[in-house]
Amino acid sequence: MDMKRDYFEDVQLFTSPVVVFWFAFLIGSLYLLPFFVSNYYIYVANYIAINIIVATGLNLLVGYTGQISLGHAGFFAIGAYGTTVLMVKAGLPFLLALPGAALIAACFGFLLGLPALRLEGPYLAIATLGFGLTITQVIGRIELFGGRDGIHVPDINIGSWIIDTDKEFYFLLITLTIFLLWFMRNLIKTRMGRAFIAIRDADIAAETMGVNIVFYKTLAFAISAFYAGIAGGMYAFVLKFIEPEIFTLLMSILFLAMVVVGGLGSMMGSIAGATLLCWLDLKLRNILDIPYVGEWLKNLSENWFSLTGVSNIQYIIFGSIMVGIMLFEPLGLYGIWIRTKKYWRTWPF
Amino acid sequence: MESSFFQVDNLSISFGGIKALQDVSFTMDRGEIFSVIGPNGAGKTTLFNCISGLYKPNHGDIRFQGKKVDNEKPDIIAKMGIARTFQNIELFSNMNTMENIMLGRHIHMQTGLFHGMTMWGRSSFAAKDEIQHRKKVEEIIDFLELQNVRDKFVGALPYGTQKLIELGRALALEPTLLLLDEPCAGMNSEEKQDMIFWIKDIQDDLGITILLIEHDMKMVMDISSRVLAINFGKPVTLGIPQEVQQNEEVLKAYIGEGD
Repeated sequence: MDMKRDYFEDVQLFTSPVVVFWFAFLIGSLYLLPFFVSNYYIYVANYIAINIIVATGLNLLVGYTGQISLGHAGFFAIGAYGTTVLMVKAGLPFLLALPGAALIAACFGFLLGLPALRLEGPYLAIATLGFGLTITQVIGRIELFGGRDGIHVPDINIGSWIIDTDKEFYFLLITLTIFLLWFMRNLIKTRMGRAFIAIRDADIAAETMGVNIVFYKTLAFAISAFYAGIAGGMYAFVLKFIEPEIFTLLMSILFLAMVVVGGLGSMMGSIAGATLLCWLDLKLRNILDIPYVGEWLKNLSENWFSLTGVSNIQYIIFGSIMVGIMLFEPLGLYGIWIRTKKYWRTWPF
Repeated sequence: MESSFFQVDNLSISFGGIKALQDVSFTMDRGEIFSVIGPNGAGKTTLFNCISGLYKPNHGDIRFQGKKVDNEKPDIIAKMGIARTFQNIELFSNMNTMENIMLGRHIHMQTGLFHGMTMWGRSSFAAKDEIQHRKKVEEIIDFLELQNVRDKFVGALPYGTQKLIELGRALALEPTLLLLDEPCAGMNSEEKQDMIFWIKDIQDDLGITILLIEHDMKMVMDISSRVLAINFGKPVTLGIPQEVQQNEEVLKAYIGEGD
């Protein structure tokens, strides 16, 4: 069943015609989705796709290279502000502004990667956390960026195509997401990806095998920041208006949670984690409308949790779902996926 | 002065007040198996760490084929052609055997960021690179008879097998000088015999010069052309195996002083 005939089969994406079929089916249905669902769900899909991009990039850093970042909202902000400012103030077209802003984010990623060479674990977490907090403060001080008042985001235009509906934006974003995922998957399967994983598993051995640790650790930060920058740039067009307060510490933590809940060191996990957490985040906002449960939660919140009432009630459910997943499957959603796959493969035994 | 293949001169390193190595000097000829022996804590692994660039020596220098090795970074030293294995296995536990050994090909592979990311079809640059080097790795897997663990994750494999995979990874680098840090530690006698054969093969067939740390005296006497004994970081004696074996100070270091 798993017979391999040549070495390319170790690294190729499509291992069998069945896989090709399902990929084609999946991508086809992604492109057809907007014709069947309401505008709200297109918005949801856009929101999820953007988070998938960030989670994939962050997973390269946290899951594959074994570093940590609590500052990815900072790179996300750089992407969002960079794209907007390059378009509004510098008059660049979208197709230059987005990668330009992402490259700026990547440069900041590289710079943050330098102290990360000496820091590990909790120390690195605090350093990156500092970065994430600082960057929004700095942006809020710059008048060119709109300061604390925020800045309006123009419509995207590519040539004569003006993207002013969620549907059109969805097609652009989904294409971008597919390409970014494909790039990342290839990167991980080839030479550089192995170097990243090697650094995570045994950095000393990697070094003595000729892997330049300084280069690869900073590169992981830069690529990760690049992905966050692209996602941030796209997010600006979803919001249509950005201000520094959007890019909070909570956002950084949610990004990290997506990667961890999904499964560290697994792309499938990043996708699943981002999808689940975004879905929960959006859905649980309406949790109070559910009969009985909503009432009960409202009482719970008002009596026990917050003085002001029900503002953050969804996070109670949100948190308990996350705790549940990590408790029962430390490998995250990816672990559940592996078990399911194994079950079907060996069925009926 | 003619520069020898590999040369260590007056190497000293101390950690705090502890002098881990003091004035260690030796030279190696191309193609020989040179052993370093000594009791636990004598400084053997420290010597290896200095050679592979993990520690910076305080004094002295290390030259490999005429080029200075000390003060270079480990990855540069690897690129110069020095590979090593570790006493406590340092494998990439979440990779399979194939991928572990593939990492040894890292310095020989060409795929960069762009080619890697855009791999598409078997005729793309990155795919060709992968295929070509996986063939090389397959040769090493055949040589070390690791076929049955080829696609297994290394973390769960038996100790002896892990040691072999580490050897394979070092060989994949195609080194000119191979540092083996207790390759037989924790092996049973049958596995030891196999390991001795492989080390001889590596020397004879692949023409790789070997610097060996080993506790098993019989093995050291069997395969090495010369032996350096160190104790408390200081060189005790250097010579052919029989001489070193007879040396009184070596006997003392190993067996202890009699009254």
